[in-house]
Amino acid sequence: MKMMRMINLVRGSVMKIHGLSRASRCLAAEGGVRGLSSSSGPRVCIVGGGPAGFYTAQQLLKARQDAAVDVYERLPVPFGLVRFGVAPDHPEVKNVINTFTQTAQHERCSFHGNVNVGKDVTIDELRQAYHAVVLSYGAEGNRSMGISGEDLPGVFSAKDFVGWYNGLPSNKELRPDLSCETAVILGQGNVALDVARILLAPVEMLKETDITQNALEALAGSKVRRVLIVGRRGPLQIACTIKELREMVNLPNTRADMLPADFEGIAEALKDLPRPRKRLTELMMKAAKEGGDDKAEKCWGFRFFRSPVEVIAGADGKRATGIRLALNKLEGSGESARAEVTGQLEDVDCGLIISSIGYKSIPIDPAVPFDPRRAIVPNEMGRVQDTAGLYCSGWVKRGPTGVIATTMNDSFDTARVLIQDMEAGKLDLSVNKPGAQAITALLQTRGVRTVLFSHWEKINAEEEKRGKFLGKPREKLLDVDEMLKIAWS
Amino acid sequence: MAASAAVRSAVSLTQRFVRVSPDCSICPLYRLNACTGATDGFTAPSRRLRTSIGVWQSGDSSSPEEEERVVNVVYIDRCGQRIPVQARAGENALHLAHKHGVDLEGACEASLACSTCHVYVSSEHYEKLPEPEEREDDMLDMAPMLQENSRLGCQIVLTPELDGMELTLPKVTRNFYVDGHVPKPH
Repeated sequence: MKMMRMINLVRGSVMKIHGLSRASRCLAAEGGVRGLSSSSGPRVCIVGGGPAGFYTAQQLLKARQDAAVDVYERLPVPFGLVRFGVAPDHPEVKNVINTFTQTAQHERCSFHGNVNVGKDVTIDELRQAYHAVVLSYGAEGNRSMGISGEDLPGVFSAKDFVGWYNGLPSNKELRPDLSCETAVILGQGNVALDVARILLAPVEMLKETDITQNALEALAGSKVRRVLIVGRRGPLQIACTIKELREMVNLPNTRADMLPADFEGIAEALKDLPRPRKRLTELMMKAAKEGGDDKAEKCWGFRFFRSPVEVIAGADGKRATGIRLALNKLEGSGESARAEVTGQLEDVDCGLIISSIGYKSIPIDPAVPFDPRRAIVPNEMGRVQDTAGLYCSGWVKRGPTGVIATTMNDSFDTARVLIQDMEAGKLDLSVNKPGAQAITALLQTRGVRTVLFSHWEKINAEEEKRGKFLGKPREKLLDVDEMLKIAWS
Repeated sequence: MAASAAVRSAVSLTQRFVRVSPDCSICPLYRLNACTGATDGFTAPSRRLRTSIGVWQSGDSSSPEEEERVVNVVYIDRCGQRIPVQARAGENALHLAHKHGVDLEGACEASLACSTCHVYVSSEHYEKLPEPEEREDDMLDMAPMLQENSRLGCQIVLTPELDGMELTLPKVTRNFYVDGHVPKPH
């Protein structure tokens, strides 16, 4: 493991250096002009500094040597879910931050953190200052289960739980009570598996990651020994991927505990499955059959064909002590199979309930069309419906699913469409737009000061410094005010 | 210069903890033809020739004739444009693509944690590649438009028998919308 980390470290620095030489080739092509106040090229504004925002920016900068791109972000820190969503024990997935850093440091790109679009500045004001605006602000809400008891202490959304261990400032006070033996997670996607894995992973493994110190301490004192991951449908509909499942199977000192009845008929269906689904199902069946070391202290398992109907409160009615599940049967097969109620119910005792049934985008500004049913901004290939000059990329465009590669491809698509519109004359580039200069000035009149990328680099250096002290890659700052103080110091 | 200092410290970092042969193919100085042949404390060959030692292959550090180790590769980018490049045996297809400005992303920087360097390999050369390890297969499973001849570019190490190989970048545009709402993993 340590060797791999060393090799990855070398690879990382090699790629960084290589990346820098790629970037400098870009700069040379433009004649290395610094400062764009005299530029009359297209100016694009991107709302949201996560993967979608940065990948869209990257493509735009590459496709048009005269384009200037400004990325606005609500938090003082960039990178969105790469920083706050990817699990602490998946550091390689975060390598993409190097690519985004290059983009942010590109001389035709600027990052503006600490700007709340919709509150500090409106979309219309941005559209006046730029030739085009791209919405890449992701999905900050979560789908609720819609059952009674959902608001009881002991019940959390996976989004908040993940935000807690990943240092999202708005989740720093979460303080989940980990003194119960059993935790139940609703949902069986990769986020659910991340939560299960973090709950059961040995502390020795976690303490060298960038998990927040307070989460690490809470997990070190955790009494949780059993995690059930519950889904409405069957094994063939499970939404997680094989890498995450393999990590559960390989967790030290844990065994798998599944119900053979849940796997009836699955073996026969294997041969007709496409490769990814087949490999995933085979691994699941192997885990179900072999279980693992009986002496293992901890266990985890999937429970299929079950939907939550009620959170059960303890005698004092003050916290969750269990969950009532309805048993389902499957109608149809494959991806489109539906869960139908049977009327049977089952109660599971547990003190921690985490609902991992999906993130959800919210509307940012009344001027932007929003589809409340699908919780996305209605669009055609990234062009926002009925709104010239407004585009979208990432989860706010497609819905909150997909890995970084999916968002990358999607962002590249939006960028391509935007470039096409520029070239087809659908965007009037003959008008000069003031861009960031105007917006920064406007924000100043409203008492809002932006965090530039160089300011983020100070926050970054401070986090790495604190991390070094603790033997971790970084210790994330949890407080926005502290971030700002360091940024502007 | 910052670059060479970083390389030296990166290289000596590996060297301190791991006993490996010097891996010239991942070194930017080598790739930029700026290698002086000197490395910190490696038992490196004393001659100043740039030897290529496979990233995933062991042993054989003798310096073969450079002509015998040239591998011609053609990248076919997302617009269908053919980009022929000359590589050396031992080079990695992702790094090679970057060296020649081919639009192949490598988000996780060759750590088998993403599928952004997904390529289709020309069928007669696909057979000649070593079997993917389980972790590569796991990542490939997540790549859109997976085909029989799909591989991750960061795991393809060039050998002389791969001369003439064509690596096609998948076109991942239209199809995202054609199949309607399909649950994607995350």
